[in-house]
Amino acid sequence: MSIFLGSTVGKKFLMGITGLIWAGFVLAHMAGNLLIFFSNDAYNSYGHALTSGNIIYIAETVLILALLIHVGTAVLLTRANRQAKGSAYVVVSQGKKKATLASRTMAVQGSMVLAFIILHIITFKYGTYYETNVHGIVMRDLAKLISEVFSEPGYVAWYVVCLVLLGFHLSHGVGSTFQSLGLMEGTYRNLWKKLSCVYAIIVALGFISQPLYIFLSAH
Amino acid sequence: MSGKHINLTLKVWRQKGPKDHGSLVEYQAKNVSEDASFLEMVDSVNEELISKGDEPIAFDHDCREGICGSCGFVIDGEAHGPLKSTTVCQLHMRNFSDGATLTIEPFRAKSFPVIKDLMVDRSAFDRIISAGGFISVNNGNAVDANAVLIPKTDADEAMSSATCIGCGACVAACKNASAALFTSAKISHMALLPQGQVERKERALNMVAAMDAQGFGSCTTTGACEAACPKEIQLTNISRMNREYFAATATKRPKHKDGGAG
Ligand code: HEM
Ligand code: FES
Repeated sequence: MSIFLGSTVGKKFLMGITGLIWAGFVLAHMAGNLLIFFSNDAYNSYGHALTSGNIIYIAETVLILALLIHVGTAVLLTRANRQAKGSAYVVVSQGKKKATLASRTMAVQGSMVLAFIILHIITFKYGTYYETNVHGIVMRDLAKLISEVFSEPGYVAWYVVCLVLLGFHLSHGVGSTFQSLGLMEGTYRNLWKKLSCVYAIIVALGFISQPLYIFLSAH
Repeated sequence: MSGKHINLTLKVWRQKGPKDHGSLVEYQAKNVSEDASFLEMVDSVNEELISKGDEPIAFDHDCREGICGSCGFVIDGEAHGPLKSTTVCQLHMRNFSDGATLTIEPFRAKSFPVIKDLMVDRSAFDRIISAGGFISVNNGNAVDANAVLIPKTDADEAMSSATCIGCGACVAACKNASAALFTSAKISHMALLPQGQVERKERALNMVAAMDAQGFGSCTTTGACEAACPKEIQLTNISRMNREYFAATATKRPKHKDGGAG
């Protein structure tokens, strides 16, 4: 086990697994939040249902651990990779042999996504606690909080930028995970890459649609 | 040889030795035949330098047929130059336009220290090979070729992996200076063939350990290695190496750790 985790191959396995956990979460989170397009009550009831049981604690623990491992391993690998390269080329490849922008900037995207996740939790989870009553059940009025937050253009802009970066991170990351986990086989290779891009676009656009909708309907 | 001739401005990395800082120096390559190879073009620049009493530009080369893996440097940020599936010795000047300025640098990676100018020390690759890139068990006398059953697809894939000439362009092109493509090609080549089975797990463990011990980076799947590879070694080799490594760590401990000592 220690040999495995000490190796670059093992560390990439960890990055991949923890990345996939979050990739699953962001897809579910995006899909659930689409309820805001139906009604505030539906949105609030969904949030209420999620936070009422004990499963939320398990899910939160798994997500926090996965994020800590993902970020910790990312820092270790990125530092080792910079050391391994040593010096940079004077001229950077612009031709046919150039790698994609998304694949070259994973660490930058990841750092922005981390900042975003932290601020996002502060803004919403620990944001103002409004109450509402849906069919006789008293619950948190998250719909009111998000319509307040997303009426500010600055916040909407920051949100959109970060989600585009998340989209980039996922478009390369999810495809790369198949390689890290040893599943990138000949015939599936391009399929994984395409699925990864489609998935990333769905997640990013799905998320971005919500603040834009709220902002535009408020102005 | 008739054909067109072109003039180029070269900015070449000159570095006296491993400890020297190095910098780009400008040269004019005049009246270069489009039929010349890139190395022949550098040869003629060197002739001129020698006749003026200057130090010629040092670069690695041997076969000049694209099969030995000796040559290799970076032209305008691309290992082995702009053409895919081509070593720099097989790159011809007809691929460049008259009046162009080309920046020529050595392969850059901490584990490939510059010896002089465009020559780098790639012995780190030799140390990865000596950790397990061979078959040391006795396979007996050569048997009839058809007596060893190998599925055609496996034989083809093993052959594709075996075409790696160990030039180091994968490491040079990788932003992480990862040797994953090279190491995985060697591991795949032997993992796919019956002769490689006895030492299969040990090989995966020891070669990955050696790759890490030599100070190469990890794989981010940017695909820059595959794009730079003159022999079209596929990224899927890395996926296979990862699988081989998982299987080996899950079921076997390394007997001797000489691979890791580097
Ligand atoms: C919603 C949150 C996130 C998701 C869904 C996610 C997902 C992924 C995935 C799937 C990979 C590919 C793993 C592989 O190649 O095996 C990846 C790689 C990476 N992630 Fe994240 N990530 C997230 C957050 C972060 C954060 C917060 C950071 C850093 C501060 C980060 C930094 C990186 C880096 C540097 C890599 C590339 C590592 C390498 O290939 O060497 N990620 N991420
Ligand atoms: S000199 Fe042998 S491959 Fe180029």
